[in-house]
Amino acid sequence: MSPREVVIVGYGMAGARLAEEIRRRDPAGEVVSLTVIGEENQQPYNRVLLSTVVAGSMTPDAVRLQGSDWAAEHNVDLRLGVAVSTVDRRMRTVTLDDGSVLGYDALVLATGSRAWVPPVEGLLVDGQLAPGVATFRTLDDCERIVSSARAGAPVAVLGGGLLGLEAARGLAGRGCQVTVVHPVGHLMERQLDPGAGGVLARTLRGLGIHVRLGITASRYLEGDGLKLDDGGHLEADLVVVSAGVKPETTLAAAAGLTVDRGIVVDDALRTSDARVHAIGDCAQHPGTVSGLVQPAWEQAAVLADLLTGADVAARYRGTPVVTRLKARDVDLAALGDVHAEPDDETAEVVCLTDPARGRYAKLVVREDKVAGAILVGAPDAAASITQLFDRGAPVPTDRLALLLGRAMPSGASPAASPADLPGASVVCRCNTVSKAQLVSAWRAGARDVSELASATRATTGCGGCRDTVCGIAEWLASTT
Amino acid sequence: METLVATETHCPYCALQCGMALSPAGASVTVAPRDFPANRGGLCQKGWTSAALLDSPARLTTPLIRDRHGELRPASWDTALDLIADKITAIIAEHGPDGMAVFGGGGLTNEKAYLLGKFARVALGTSQIDYNGRFCMSSAAAGSLRAFGLDRGMPFPITDLDDADAVLLVGANPAETMPPFLSHLRKATDAAGLIVVDPRRTPTAEQAALHLAPAPGTDMVLALGILHAVVADGHLAHDYIASRTTGFDEVWRIAAAWWPERAERVTGVSATDQRAAARILARSRNAYVLTARGAEQHATGVDTVNAWINVALALGLPGRAGSGWGCLTGQGNGQGGREHGQKADQLPGYRKIDDPAARAHVAGVWGVDPDSLPGPGRSAYELLDALGTDGGPHGLLVFGSNVTVSAPNSGRVADRLSTLDLLVVADLVLSETGRAADVVLPVTQWAEEDGTLTNLEGRVLLRRKAISPPDGVRTDLEVISALAARLGQPPARFPIDAETVFDELRAASAGGAADYAGVSYDRLRAGEALYWPVPSVDHPGTPHMFLDEFAHPDGRARFVPVDVRGPAEPPDEEYPLYATTGRVLQHYQSGAQTRLVDELTAAVPAVYVEVHPDTAERAGLANGDDAAVVSRRGTVRAAVRCVSSMRPDVVFLPFHFPGDGRANLVTNPALDPVSRMPEFKVCAVRLEVAGT
Repeated sequence: MSPREVVIVGYGMAGARLAEEIRRRDPAGEVVSLTVIGEENQQPYNRVLLSTVVAGSMTPDAVRLQGSDWAAEHNVDLRLGVAVSTVDRRMRTVTLDDGSVLGYDALVLATGSRAWVPPVEGLLVDGQLAPGVATFRTLDDCERIVSSARAGAPVAVLGGGLLGLEAARGLAGRGCQVTVVHPVGHLMERQLDPGAGGVLARTLRGLGIHVRLGITASRYLEGDGLKLDDGGHLEADLVVVSAGVKPETTLAAAAGLTVDRGIVVDDALRTSDARVHAIGDCAQHPGTVSGLVQPAWEQAAVLADLLTGADVAARYRGTPVVTRLKARDVDLAALGDVHAEPDDETAEVVCLTDPARGRYAKLVVREDKVAGAILVGAPDAAASITQLFDRGAPVPTDRLALLLGRAMPSGASPAASPADLPGASVVCRCNTVSKAQLVSAWRAGARDVSELASATRATTGCGGCRDTVCGIAEWLASTT
Repeated sequence: METLVATETHCPYCALQCGMALSPAGASVTVAPRDFPANRGGLCQKGWTSAALLDSPARLTTPLIRDRHGELRPASWDTALDLIADKITAIIAEHGPDGMAVFGGGGLTNEKAYLLGKFARVALGTSQIDYNGRFCMSSAAAGSLRAFGLDRGMPFPITDLDDADAVLLVGANPAETMPPFLSHLRKATDAAGLIVVDPRRTPTAEQAALHLAPAPGTDMVLALGILHAVVADGHLAHDYIASRTTGFDEVWRIAAAWWPERAERVTGVSATDQRAAARILARSRNAYVLTARGAEQHATGVDTVNAWINVALALGLPGRAGSGWGCLTGQGNGQGGREHGQKADQLPGYRKIDDPAARAHVAGVWGVDPDSLPGPGRSAYELLDALGTDGGPHGLLVFGSNVTVSAPNSGRVADRLSTLDLLVVADLVLSETGRAADVVLPVTQWAEEDGTLTNLEGRVLLRRKAISPPDGVRTDLEVISALAARLGQPPARFPIDAETVFDELRAASAGGAADYAGVSYDRLRAGEALYWPVPSVDHPGTPHMFLDEFAHPDGRARFVPVDVRGPAEPPDEEYPLYATTGRVLQHYQSGAQTRLVDELTAAVPAVYVEVHPDTAERAGLANGDDAAVVSRRGTVRAAVRCVSSMRPDVVFLPFHFPGDGRANLVTNPALDPVSRMPEFKVCAVRLEVAGT
């Protein structure tokens, strides 16, 4: 049987991952003959790491997902720098803008999304970004941002969502004077409640980032900056637009596939045409929020199972969404239902807030499971709660201990005085020597550490109890 | 009459091989610690009480043979050895040489390990020999070989650690497993540079500045997350990577996909802590990464070791004075035991048994035809799993191991042992495996014989005879020699004198990776600190390896690309918890010896299961209750010990106890594809109230 012709449109994080997953299951290409079409004329890169490129801690080369010879080594027909013009679903062909025509047995759309530019006068000139304006979506965007982000330069970031804040943190790290302009009353309103948004804004201000809330820009003037809708003016050598993304569905819509916000797919990642699949940011799966890499990679694994026949029963059931802000010195996690309030009688809502130290923790529990959480400046709790949420595991009885993590005072604080130590408590673990044994040895004439060691072996293992044994000897000497 | 002079020797237990002095005291000896670099005058409770077994009433002093009624009865040595030889001859006649198998141990001296391997290959002609070190050091050994071209647990003297500002311990709990070792970590601990990776808050983790507690089976993800942080936060040792290593780019492509926040979601270790670990190691002048069984005892153990070595390489630590990577060997002779031919795929001197040049060299020393040597045999668990099956061995000789307790899936192992035509166990006490044997042979222990061991830093040590063994007890070397003679071998081929055997071992190891040619009893008696390789008698030994180059032909270390697989048995609805196993301070290995020492048993008398109080409560259990820990393979009964620092998804079982308290009744025998290490450290279980 000849291999099945699979064509992947898009060589970004979803498309490249799918190609890898297919070749992991079918290394020699016996089951699937694979063609990948990439519009950008470069190797795929990890979009998650673009903020580190902006921050300058990683080079563009370090964020490549694959080496330049990956496709050749893995028997993949890779076409870079070409776009798909049309899909003919009846003939099962795609036509590329270089004129070539490819047949397919299965077509996968992994076309991603593109940055949305808000209708602010002056940002676009003839449909192109004006000089001094950059979106934050591609490696080219990063290059454009970095080339104008000199230390001390005023920079405006339009949009206080996840990506906007990551870009702002990276630019502040480069020494830019960054101002985030956000149209809503608190930052990251999709993922945070107002309390958390307030703590986050305070933390960012501490890192030298100005935050302007409830304000929109009304006009951009090159070399000058932004005019704001409250009449104010914001100087900016560079404006970074991070106001959201739109799924790239043009090709799918033109081919007559069902498109809502994205290309609609089912649990087998099929579009309205069973021979055409969609994964990643361009796809719309019920109950999945797009724009994150984890769903795209999980979809790639499922689709690879299906297309190679490795597991024909594989299905994608959605990915629990956990938002993590990747910004140096800011620890933020948000997941599930974050908007329940402490007076909500259908849920248990535990909330701690410590704005001066940049800490905010909120836990929403329903039926003993994590229903939602926001954790700012609480990394231990973020890690533990995410695992409980992902696995649907019961929440520990001591909710406060969970939220406090390492900040929890230790129950086993060292006894203030050797006198307070119970007689049965083991002082030397290595030799199982209790305080009572040391006391007996002292009474029998062992007066210092070395004599106590000879009598009981205490301190002769790892030596970690030497100070405590000393303390006991001194205490005994002082009480007789 | 014995002279009243203390004998300077080493502890019978772990690979730290603490220096001790034994003074005669009646039928036994008195133990005193001595100032030796590994322990500096320290001893743990096991070491202090080690003499208790010398005159213990539990000592075996006569061979035992199972009678017609199934009872083990005393017998003479001649009767026992004749019986064994006759049965071996019959088994080989019926099934061929591979019908016989040999199982050794990492506690055996170099001389015993060497002679046992020679006995298997020459006297029995079988390929079926392996040892319990497969369950101990095999993943570290294989990972080290891949990265550096050579495996010496610590390629530097242990005292180098004294100057460390930062030490990352992965899956190691030396506060319980080798307490005097902690004295070498004091500077790092005081400098807030001790980082411990362990799912449990162990006594070692208690002392750490940073304790990373990943879900069991996710260590490799954690290593990838930390490697990512090393790169992202600008800690990469660019010059070192360029001049001393190969393969970084491919490793980075994998680690690039494991940014700390993603690794956090799998491991439960916060991204902040992953970055802190990278930063502490990178900012320290002297830093070390040390792995132990927690990282290694997995079906992905070798890859996990390489993932941690990759972190060390990215920071430029291995092969640099004052920094490095090492593994903490477990058993007393865990290092030497893996070098001299009791491993299924090896010949003495760390030679590969399928290498024609190695075969020719060793056959020359042994005076046999190279073609007569068998090829590689089954690995430890595969060997035990094949016992009594078609094509598997039908006779087994066990030296220095208690497989009924220590092998994974031990219910299955006990079944297999029961189908054998011949099971012989040589031991000093009647172990659980001994109780199932057809013939039990009483052998000497450490203070009653001479022998060398190679400790965790690759230093060869002489353990000296301090007292005479009880009447009726023979050395392992005498047993091997007597059996070989009955099987028709010339007497000179299997000497009984340890030094004579060692001199032969030196010749057999000469030119190999673990070259002992220049080590002699005289040099050891004179107190020389000899680290292998020691290729000639005028060679000073090699305390530091890799300072100039690594052992690969191009002199460079390898970044080995490893990606995440496993754990082999993730928790599910039916078995929702992870079980992990380990040691307690007072007991050693299967506990066959330490459970007979009153003082140790008084401290920790029986098996228990550590659980988070919530987890116990959900199972209807309270502290002290009898619990059943159930996996797909079996059930362990253990008393509940509620520990509030436990992860709620993990239960912990110590593995030193017999009967239905054997932790290995539940463990998973999924094997690492390279090292054949079983997945001791994680399997899926559920917790129940124990039935009556």
